[in-house]
Amino acid sequence: MEKFSKVSSTAIPLDRANIDTDQIVPKQFLKLVQRTGFGKFLFHDWRFDQGGQQKPDFVLNDPKYSNSHILVTGENFGCGSSREHAAWALKDYGLDVIIAPSFADIFYNNCFKNGILPIQIPRNIIGELMHTVSKIEVDLEHQTIKYDSKIIQFAIDDGRKKTLLEGLDDIAVTLQYQEKIALYEKSHTL
Amino acid sequence: MPQTLFEKVWNSHKVTEIDGRTLIYIDRHLVHEVTSPQAFDGLRLNKRKVRRPDLTFATMDHNVPTNNRSLPIVDQISAIQIKTLETNCKEFGIELFDLHSPYQGIVHVIGPELGITLPGTTIVCGDSHTSTHGAFGAFALGIGTSDVEHVLATQCLVMDKPKTFEIRVDGKRKHRHAVTAKDIILSIIKRIGTAGGTGTVIEYRGEAISDLSMDERMTVCNMSIEAGARAGLIAPDAKTFDYLKGRKYTPKNYDELVESWKANLVTDNGAKFDKVFTINANDIVPQVSWGTNPAMTSDVTDMVPHPSEYAKGNKSEEDAAKKALEYMDLKPGTQITDIKIDRVFIGSCTNARLQDLIEAADVIHGRKASPNVRVMVVPGSQQVKKQAEEMGLDKIFQDANFEWRESGCSMCLGMNPDILLRGERCASTSNRNFEGRQGTGGRTHLVSPVMAAAAAIAGHFVDVREWF
Repeated sequence: MEKFSKVSSTAIPLDRANIDTDQIVPKQFLKLVQRTGFGKFLFHDWRFDQGGQQKPDFVLNDPKYSNSHILVTGENFGCGSSREHAAWALKDYGLDVIIAPSFADIFYNNCFKNGILPIQIPRNIIGELMHTVSKIEVDLEHQTIKYDSKIIQFAIDDGRKKTLLEGLDDIAVTLQYQEKIALYEKSHTL
Repeated sequence: MPQTLFEKVWNSHKVTEIDGRTLIYIDRHLVHEVTSPQAFDGLRLNKRKVRRPDLTFATMDHNVPTNNRSLPIVDQISAIQIKTLETNCKEFGIELFDLHSPYQGIVHVIGPELGITLPGTTIVCGDSHTSTHGAFGAFALGIGTSDVEHVLATQCLVMDKPKTFEIRVDGKRKHRHAVTAKDIILSIIKRIGTAGGTGTVIEYRGEAISDLSMDERMTVCNMSIEAGARAGLIAPDAKTFDYLKGRKYTPKNYDELVESWKANLVTDNGAKFDKVFTINANDIVPQVSWGTNPAMTSDVTDMVPHPSEYAKGNKSEEDAAKKALEYMDLKPGTQITDIKIDRVFIGSCTNARLQDLIEAADVIHGRKASPNVRVMVVPGSQQVKKQAEEMGLDKIFQDANFEWRESGCSMCLGMNPDILLRGERCASTSNRNFEGRQGTGGRTHLVSPVMAAAAAIAGHFVDVREWF
């Protein structure tokens, strides 16, 4: 996985609570057997009409966000299905940071496996970010978000931060503990 | 120090710590065709093996057509995904219950019925409804594809310890035939919300929970994820141990294991939960969802709420409810029992076990489906199908013009030919009423099997308590 560095861009405001992974990638696109190319399916049924044309009133279709790498959204983002296709689609579309008041657990975990930084911050700051028209700068190393000449701190677990900053292959990390796993298996045979 | 059941299972599966996180050993890994191909590819790319193929079991359920099994699969992309699972299982030495196996079925139905699911174990699957297996006192959770790959390669997961959440359901259900496990869990989700359980493992306790059969307990635990919980579990008891005895993969030293489970797999007196919620089963009536997430649910005796009344001052919930009503084409103030339906789906990992089908069939009483309603009954597994047919349930359903089909996920998620058409309204025993879940533009109302069967006959929702 690539190392995560600073991200600076405008932020797409998608003000809706409980966005489920069925909306992030609808089921008809889960049949592929590879991890790549899911960006074009991101929010498919909200982005496109029945004829496949872009819906102009959906925020991702607003040209001023065409180069955004940051999504700002509502509570419980990524709830529902465990499909990692949701994270693959966000990343492939070009989104590296998702900022929300809260995330669903499985989705939150899937982000870190795919070089996406999910940032949890209070609702009032989300409100400010949604109305920020200038660029937002996200610095994972210092755990800061800069916007409108303000700087705020965000919290993140040290282990997860390290995974992103160093772009670690977490299977390789776990495989370093193979002896401990084997030892556990000896005493535990269910 | 007194511990909760979950804490005991967690502590007994700790392998080591990595960077402040915990490496947890996984006892059973269930695999299906949708979330595994990229994981197997990752193994090949890095020249890694499956560490414990003997603890890994696979079946195909999401893409599977539920009509005649002897016909080829028309959707070529689905066929490739199914074929890919066959190839991967062969290459990595994993047992697969394929389309022609007498054990094929929805992964969360076959795990318990084959005795793969055991009390006190850790179970994962690349599917959020893995929480179902918690009904046996297991810590069972859904994971993404990268973690599927991680478990295949290491038989472990790196995790942070979730918090504990006690949900007590006191008292006894009134109208036991009409008020079901589905109504219990929908009532809970309606009250705590779709993020009410985020970051926690729920333990369901109380008289009304002990009172449930294993099939019913699975319905409750299954929908833990709809409350946002990492997992949900119920302490095992005599019903649990009887259920698993003598099944295909139940261990040989079963009686010995039962003794140790009896001694250990309980929440100690005085153990503290991080969070507690209590509900009384007396107050629960049949539930019907009206919106686009499972918390948007009402009593069958109620009306579709006004968004402001539903949101209780929360602006983003109010907006979500407005959008939901627009999508569902419903007006606030409509009586739930006045909502007419086009389709009925009785099936899914929530409600496609034998007891669900027996209860749905009991509602019929020689009546027929409303002429405007198409009804599908999809057993959760080939074994459930066989048992139901031995009891003659297939005849009861077919006489009522309910279609009797082959096992699979079917219309729960619209990845196979069973889908709603745009604008169709469905009474569904599945677990998610998200936009487009059962087919693009389709409208889902979550209900119990008895409520679904009654709606099929009446053509609209009814208070099924009046039918018993």
